[in-house]
Amino acid sequence: MLDSTPSTVADRVALKINPAKTCQPVGAVYAALGVHGCLPHSHGSQGCCAYHRSHLTRHFKEPVMASTSSFTEGSSVFGGMANLTQAFSTIFEMYDPDIVAVHTTCLSEVIGDDIPTIISKAREEGRIPEGKVVVHCNTPSFVGSHVTGFSAMVKGFVKYLSESTGTPSTAINILPGWVEPSDMTEIKRLVAAFGLPMTMLPDTSSVLDAPATGEHAFFPKGGTTLPEIKAMGDARATLSLGTWASLDAATLLETTCGVPFQDLDLPIGLAATDRFIESLRGLAGVEVPAQIEDERGRLVDVISDMHQYLSGRKVAIYGDPDHVIALTEFCRDMDMLPVHVLTGSVGNAFETRIKDILADSVPDANVKAQGDLFLLHQWIKNEPVDLLLGTTYGKFIGRAEDIPLVRVGWPILDRVGHSYFPTVGYLGSLRLAVEIISAIQERQDRDAPDHAFELVL
Amino acid sequence: MSEREPIPSPEAFRDEVVKSYPGKVGKKRAKHILVNDPEVPAEIEANVRTIPGIISQRGCCYAGCKGVVMGPIKDMVHIVHGPIGCSYYAWLSRRNQAATGDGIANFIHYAFSTDMQEEDIVFGGEKKLAQACREAYALLKPTAIGLYSTCPVGLIGDDVHAVARQMKEELGINVFGFSCEGYKGVSQSAGHHIANNGLFKNVVGENDTPVDHPFSINLLGEYNIGGDAFEIERILELCGIHLVATFSGNVKYDDIAQSHNAKLNVVMCHRSINYMAEMMESKFGIPWFKVNFIGADSTAKSLRKIAEYFGNEDLTARVEAVIADELAKVVSVRADVASRLAGKTAMLFVGGSRAHHYQDLFSEVGMTSVAAGYEFAHRDDYEGRRVLPTIKVDADTRNIEELHITADDTRYSPRRTPEELAAAEKKGFNWRDYDGMMSQMKKGTLVIDDISHFEMEKLIATYKPDIFCSGVKDKYVVEKMGVPCKQLHSYDYGGPYAGFIGATNFYQEIDRMIGKRISKLISPPWKQQSA
Repeated sequence: MLDSTPSTVADRVALKINPAKTCQPVGAVYAALGVHGCLPHSHGSQGCCAYHRSHLTRHFKEPVMASTSSFTEGSSVFGGMANLTQAFSTIFEMYDPDIVAVHTTCLSEVIGDDIPTIISKAREEGRIPEGKVVVHCNTPSFVGSHVTGFSAMVKGFVKYLSESTGTPSTAINILPGWVEPSDMTEIKRLVAAFGLPMTMLPDTSSVLDAPATGEHAFFPKGGTTLPEIKAMGDARATLSLGTWASLDAATLLETTCGVPFQDLDLPIGLAATDRFIESLRGLAGVEVPAQIEDERGRLVDVISDMHQYLSGRKVAIYGDPDHVIALTEFCRDMDMLPVHVLTGSVGNAFETRIKDILADSVPDANVKAQGDLFLLHQWIKNEPVDLLLGTTYGKFIGRAEDIPLVRVGWPILDRVGHSYFPTVGYLGSLRLAVEIISAIQERQDRDAPDHAFELVL
Repeated sequence: MSEREPIPSPEAFRDEVVKSYPGKVGKKRAKHILVNDPEVPAEIEANVRTIPGIISQRGCCYAGCKGVVMGPIKDMVHIVHGPIGCSYYAWLSRRNQAATGDGIANFIHYAFSTDMQEEDIVFGGEKKLAQACREAYALLKPTAIGLYSTCPVGLIGDDVHAVARQMKEELGINVFGFSCEGYKGVSQSAGHHIANNGLFKNVVGENDTPVDHPFSINLLGEYNIGGDAFEIERILELCGIHLVATFSGNVKYDDIAQSHNAKLNVVMCHRSINYMAEMMESKFGIPWFKVNFIGADSTAKSLRKIAEYFGNEDLTARVEAVIADELAKVVSVRADVASRLAGKTAMLFVGGSRAHHYQDLFSEVGMTSVAAGYEFAHRDDYEGRRVLPTIKVDADTRNIEELHITADDTRYSPRRTPEELAAAEKKGFNWRDYDGMMSQMKKGTLVIDDISHFEMEKLIATYKPDIFCSGVKDKYVVEKMGVPCKQLHSYDYGGPYAGFIGATNFYQEIDRMIGKRISKLISPPWKQQSA
């Protein structure tokens, strides 16, 4: 497995091998699926849409609906206006969405299609029915990563729809970042425990975790509604979870609607969840509910009880920056040693932040933004680890080097559970801690010689 | 299931679907939806643009070129020139397996990309592509390197072929490029053609080492999804038939380079590879015919035809012995499964050949294919190759290069003289044959090209098939509707389904899917009581 990967790291300036990111548009699709009655629309060649739908489907094992402008060579020469205009007619007639969320691709960006102009023209021509909404965002594939594409689409919804009426509401906004439907459900539960009214954007719970009923709902019951997004402009605060995925929309809500925001990490792990809970406590002006404090206590209890299995274990963490930052801090707090930390996404801030988290425990950790899994594998060949923490793509390294993998982040293509059981909050972190401990214990059980293979090991 | 309500007439279904679309769209879709008559297959519209906004199964040209045809060649480094997504999505998602442990490099588990950034788009990416080749060569020493263009590459004018020539010279290995930008053509199909052209121009015939075997063949259009090619290899080996190259499942570069020395080409997926068969016949004199290793009886039939081609008594006897031996293992499973599945219905909407081939497996267990269609096939795949001269060449197809091949000056060596070909034909042996899907489907069944999401839902709701075959994008929609959906791209991570062992696997898989207990438990008891 991956036999051709040499351990000697040579500088590469042009060739990415085994990427740890994909391109922007898929993030725009995922974000748009978290808006009720919304059809994501890909303005580009039909392969983009097919690939994004396929990949999201593999991760969620759920229907993923999205349409495409189906560019041909002609549209690439003459521009994609005719295609998008035709698409509006077809979409509203056939699928009747409340809202269409258009995102661009490398092709339409290079051509230079002006989406707002096409939208207004289509509206003038009556191709967009009265009362129906079309929003857009620019997601050229040669900029950023799937995470920034998600961010751009969330920002797009805010830009088009959120309004300040001048009368602030008591509600808060939660920008949950690129997390699972299960995580969104869990965040809502935590916020509700503080008695805070809230709007979450996007919200893919009850969209990408739909039950089997014998019927397919083209627009599932979940998702943030248009009136909710509109009212986000009147909220008294925004909690932005995950800088890469959420900060842009939070900033826009502040600059255009005057809604102040707090830039927080994804609430994965003890410390990051503590900060999230502290923010909720501050906003609600109430004490932390006993039930949540107990959940925290249980997480601490388990980590403490099982500390011997965690302490000093070397771990390689890879994936999206918001996840990797939270996971690195969590592993550090469990006295694990994140010796290799890598994201495929762009951002010097990522490296600075990781080095800061690891300053006193693993000061010489390998840390890289815009890295790839080929490099991660080479690092591991030079300094082996006990555990891999990241997406499904790490399984090949895991097999090559005989290292257990705990799947976390996006995508997880070969397992189920992530969309139903969260990794955020104290409960979610407990689930993750248990998975990590179990993976290490399973390995210990497997590797122990017969004489040392005990009832409890 | 037998007490099901009478099935609505397919004509009525068709009319209703067409009416549901906006005027012009309905008019266009009407030409893609036919009620079948196997005696006189009607003309179907295929291989034309999907209307923007329609939720289609189709992908792009790049996917057909790199993803389908070229990607499986295991010891090549396939560098995708473009933003990261195109390489990322075609990485390990198609399940084309390749053997390991044979001393040949296997890069199937790797993805390579130039990960174009904004500055590459603005200033051009040729230098980066050249550097990527150097880095790949320095690290991995591949047998050859393929360069694949994605959408922006064509627009900014990067010349992948010039970079390929330069790198071939500099690195001393074969490097060649493909202008397979995603927007070309109307589906993956254009990419297949471009891949065939590139492979033919740059690889086939590069290694003149003779093939020393009396019964040597190439297998064209078999991509080893779920290990299908491994099973076909097993059977061919038992028969004593030597496989020079498979295009392109479980294959190495050198096999293809040497493939022009085989005595026969047999074609599995007609849609994706018929170009290659035609070009190899014109240039090297290798005859070809269609085979199908999907289905136990179809496999037997295909083996017999290969044996008949070689006309060697020992080979024929050996093939018959293998068939007898293998079928004996298949029939008991088949009979058992058929006792539960006979009379049930299937629908197949996928690809460019499987929606046809898999009907053989269903009919072997007594099931009927009541509706089928391809995602990206052409009229000849529906109506048979006899319609080839009448197919209109539209602007989208005209943009795809058509190579005009003549006989090779030194290496053209017809394996059969024109007289021999004609004599065989007279005896009922068909060359360059493919009769298409429609002649095999029953009268009154529905044939739908490039099915839309809307049509699929309507079809399932109306006819409630016992199983629906499609791809991953449709899979969970269909399952949510309470109908089992078998993926015929990825095989739902199962397989092999080719050959004899594959047939047994497939019967059992369909039996499992249609019979699964959980399907009967969708409705909770309290809802059943109130109903």
